[in-house]
Amino acid sequence: MSKRLKRQLKQILIGLSIFAVLMVVEHTCGFPGILGTRWGELVLYLIPYLIAGRDVVKKCFLGIKNRQLLDECFLMTLATVGAFVTGENSEAVAVMLFYQVGEWFQSYAVGKSRRSITELMDIAPDFANVERADGSIEEVDPEEVQIGDTLVIRAGEKIPVDGTVLEGQSMVNTSALTGESVPRSAVPGDQIISGCINGEGLLKIRAEKKYEDSTVAQILELVENASSKKSKTENFITRFARYYTPIVVAGAVILALIPPIFTGNWMNWMMRACTFLVISCPCALVISVPLSFFGGIGAASNIGVLVKGSNYLEQMAHLDTVVSDKTGTLTEGVFHVTRVVPAEGVLEETMLRNAAIVESLSTHPIAKSIQAAYTEVLEPGLARDARNISGQGLIAKVGDSTVYVGNKRLMEENGIDYREIQDGESTVVYVAADGKFQGAILISDEIKDSAVKAIREMKQEGVRHVVMLTGDRKGIAEAVAEKLSVDEFRAELLPADKVQAVEELLARMSGDKKDGSNGKKKLAFIGDGINDAPVLSRADVGIAMGSMGSDAAIEAADVVIMDDDIGKIPRTIRIARQTVGIAYQNIAFALFIKILFLILGALGIIGMWWAVFADVGVAVICILNSMRMLKRKGL
Amino acid sequence: MKKKFKLDEVDCANCAAKMEDAIRKIDGVKEVSVNFMTQKMTLEAEDDSFEAILDEACKVIAKVEPDCEVIR
Repeated sequence: MSKRLKRQLKQILIGLSIFAVLMVVEHTCGFPGILGTRWGELVLYLIPYLIAGRDVVKKCFLGIKNRQLLDECFLMTLATVGAFVTGENSEAVAVMLFYQVGEWFQSYAVGKSRRSITELMDIAPDFANVERADGSIEEVDPEEVQIGDTLVIRAGEKIPVDGTVLEGQSMVNTSALTGESVPRSAVPGDQIISGCINGEGLLKIRAEKKYEDSTVAQILELVENASSKKSKTENFITRFARYYTPIVVAGAVILALIPPIFTGNWMNWMMRACTFLVISCPCALVISVPLSFFGGIGAASNIGVLVKGSNYLEQMAHLDTVVSDKTGTLTEGVFHVTRVVPAEGVLEETMLRNAAIVESLSTHPIAKSIQAAYTEVLEPGLARDARNISGQGLIAKVGDSTVYVGNKRLMEENGIDYREIQDGESTVVYVAADGKFQGAILISDEIKDSAVKAIREMKQEGVRHVVMLTGDRKGIAEAVAEKLSVDEFRAELLPADKVQAVEELLARMSGDKKDGSNGKKKLAFIGDGINDAPVLSRADVGIAMGSMGSDAAIEAADVVIMDDDIGKIPRTIRIARQTVGIAYQNIAFALFIKILFLILGALGIIGMWWAVFADVGVAVICILNSMRMLKRKGL
Repeated sequence: MKKKFKLDEVDCANCAAKMEDAIRKIDGVKEVSVNFMTQKMTLEAEDDSFEAILDEACKVIAKVEPDCEVIR
């Protein structure tokens, strides 16, 4: 509880006690002597009024001075002074107390939810231990760490800046950043990311980045800025307030001036106008809608998903089409040799060795997978006179023989009698030596275990259409698409074609809408963020995966999944839908109560008490509703 | 120059918006945002007169919310 809240609570409690004593005395024996007169009573009741409500009265005068009339404090003062003038002293004090209690509770609730959100994102390191040249260790602010400093990280401490491990071994908990509960191992030479928590071991790291360029600072910056990118719902509230306020004020003026011309009783109508204005305060909406979105962003960051703005969270709730890149997103992005088929009379070992020697000249992912499959150690320089035949493969001399490693075109062009292998899922590499076919190696990229489930769950969350884009051959794409049960796939695309594909899909979604917008239906693109920046920005929501520590991906995407678990996408959609649901509930509830009470207030059926409830009471209820977002477990 | 300040504390979302509008009108202010959720003000202004502008901004904040303090 902040100092101010404590002070206000004290004021309210003192005011409340004095008020209670006064009420009891008045209703049992009455006030003695001069205190029993009208003026005496007024003075007595002004004591608790001023103790509990002096902030309000003070702000009212400040408002008048700064020409900011019509704020809540002005209205409350006007309404309570009106009650004093008509002799309803206890009513005036009670309304002020009630208002202050409501306001206090509102501040308390907002403060509490703000704290629980920041706790969710509690990744900022408090200090860094720098080892000086003489071996002494100095504790400094993370912002003072220089690149090249040696930092000592003890068990349980946060890693202050991005760096490389120099000494020591430990398991590092990345859950604050990625939501992943399995710790990662850290050994000398490993990159280590700020914001992670060191496990049991002692680590010495070399600072590679300054604090403000480190992952943790960037993430905090993003999340802080996220609430300034307003969702449509928030913008609606702002626009709404622009029309709502003048209409309500005009209504109040009419209420105060017109009916008394016919019926008299100015004071009564004046009070009704005040009641009307207090009810109308749009605070509940102004606070609770952004709070819901802030809570949603907090909940997402808790599972290791950064949402860069309320607007993106809102769009995630209305996803209609999800377009995903294949490699590295739906599949592991790592090629493995899945099958080796030697020709008749050739040893598997011989063929694989030949292939591995030739492929050791290349850095292509497929070449690497063949090198990895051959487990024996190869000394360098075994291959000579290598020729790279673009779109076909490699030819090189190994020992006395000429080895061909490549696709079937390489075999055909060189007149080698090979046996073709049909396998839709894999890339087939053929090997031949001295014009003789030696066999084939099948290589494929494995589908992520979680991808099938993630796609199914996205569908459950209302996504109608899942599309896979890939630069791979059609056959491979088809086989992967079938396994994943995506609705559509496009294969053999160049990076630029992907943008075009997304544009086509967007156009199809907008259908016959004339303005070309896709209305409420949104399209998301999932990529690894490395070379698909144009596509990420073209989609309504660009989602980058596996980007921990990658500045480029964090920069380009709207939603960043820190690890490479695609299963977090349906979870984020769920969070988004709940957030938007809560925001809508708040809007509907607040508007309903306000409009109902405005009518009742104008008719004189309800008084100031209910007006105060409609103002602060509704705000508190809406805030509590927004906080539900943070309590959800197991999303 | 762009700097961030913590505010202790902005009590209502509407007040934050009022502060933002008023500070934006100060001469030399390039950009300002008062974030109610994070209780932070980001101020971007001319380098040479930054301190003066900041003083002015503090006055504006005090006008809207007398209890609110800018932690520099």
